[in-house]
Amino acid sequence: MSKKKVKKLINGKGIRYDGRKLNELRPITLEVGILDNADGSAYIEQGKNKILAGVYGPKEVHPKHLAMPDRSLLRCRYHMAPFSVEERKSPAPSRREKELSKVIREAFEPSVFTEYYPRTSIDIVIEVLQADGGTRCAGITAASLALADAGIPMRDLVSACAAGKVEGRLVLDVADLEDKQGEADVPVAYMPNLNAITLLQMDGMLTSEEFEQAINLAVEGCKQIYELQKEALKAKYVEVKEAKKEDAEQ
Amino acid sequence: MTSSIIARVRQKRIEQLISLGKRLDERGLTDYREVQVEVGVIEKAEGSARVRLGKTEVLVGIKIELGTPFSDVPDKGVLTVNAELVPLASPTFEPGPPNENSIELARVVDRGIRESEAIDLEKLCIEPGKKVFIVFVDVYVLNYDGNLIDASALAALAALLNTKLFKYAVKGGEVQIKPGYKPLSIRNHPVAVTFAKINDKLVVDPCLEEEQVMEARLTMTIEKDGKICALQKGGAGYFKIQQILEAGKIARKKAAELRKLVVKK
Repeated sequence: MSKKKVKKLINGKGIRYDGRKLNELRPITLEVGILDNADGSAYIEQGKNKILAGVYGPKEVHPKHLAMPDRSLLRCRYHMAPFSVEERKSPAPSRREKELSKVIREAFEPSVFTEYYPRTSIDIVIEVLQADGGTRCAGITAASLALADAGIPMRDLVSACAAGKVEGRLVLDVADLEDKQGEADVPVAYMPNLNAITLLQMDGMLTSEEFEQAINLAVEGCKQIYELQKEALKAKYVEVKEAKKEDAEQ
Repeated sequence: MTSSIIARVRQKRIEQLISLGKRLDERGLTDYREVQVEVGVIEKAEGSARVRLGKTEVLVGIKIELGTPFSDVPDKGVLTVNAELVPLASPTFEPGPPNENSIELARVVDRGIRESEAIDLEKLCIEPGKKVFIVFVDVYVLNYDGNLIDASALAALAALLNTKLFKYAVKGGEVQIKPGYKPLSIRNHPVAVTFAKINDKLVVDPCLEEEQVMEARLTMTIEKDGKICALQKGGAGYFKIQQILEAGKIARKKAAELRKLVVKK
């Protein structure tokens, strides 16, 4: 790989290289219930990110000894396809993927009523088909819809979005190039109705003032995504309702 | 890391104490346990340090080897952090490949060192695209009594400050090791400060029993000028924004105190 020329990411008017304002999200499309075999599923496109999320459960735990007598075992696998990035990624789970699987699971623990389903497991599978920066957040946004689609009771939907610092300015929803060239990346997962931050990580360097602004910016982004998530869920159930109506008329 | 069982009475006791602003070992909510730092404990390593945080004990060894750089950063040396939860440190640690806890521990320590640019990796380049120095930071947990992240990050920093780099000369594309050493140049001093949320209150430096009852964990790594250079939330609970900002203020103060123990003026 040759060393790429460093591109200017924000112009004098505060417009980013992809035409966005500093506090603007990338275009997001969400679809719910797209996998046949999963109990719940969702698909998200955010910028060039293309991510599938599926939920299986509550179901019998394999291996059995992992079962817990008082609640369901929540498991998560975050994985990137070999072709999802510039240079082929080995399909074996990397250390990064293992860490992200852990923090994503912990982002959902406060939301899911695991105590309703003792001795079972709920498995979340996130498969990144194409990565464009912010995949853990987009993956959480999709997985949250997949959990809802599976009918699993939750305290709130989890919405996720990153804020970052690029060329000295704070920006919302950090894209791939901004992440690579930028000074900081702060992914946040948030439950809007409970005002609860369920995932928080950071790479880079920020002063405490910048950090406070970044976290507030990310939370604002999460709130916007939350609205999109609710619309996507409603869209699916309107579809179901109409299909039923048609059946009844025939 | 919190898989073992704790009695419910014990849990209640810890929670009650914390709601009164007290702790099991009579520390305040924002007090660290006694910290002991020893450097140069392993002669064969290029750098080493042992940190005791109360009963938690971590040994970090630094090895430096020649290797090839990553293709996307051909002009920089390589930093690799690995953590071993050695089975002798706790009955809950099992032998085998690194599990998610040890991977997370290594990656949080790595993030602090990398993002604060503590090591000048460009200086570790010998021949761009071909030969660089690789710095291996190996975290060895010897006794587990909670808060491995802070102990490991502090031990890693102390070990790096104690690291010597062998002298070398390049002759006809071959690297020759020459006698003598010079210190590895360390530009920044990242220090991790970890909080446990128990009964909706934040406590610093949780011991094992506190980790077993905590709702969530938050680690903030602070560099020498007081900027935040890494963050990691862990555990099944959540934080309010206000709690995170409050943690930031405490972390800066605590990091400065801890830094004095390893960075000699």
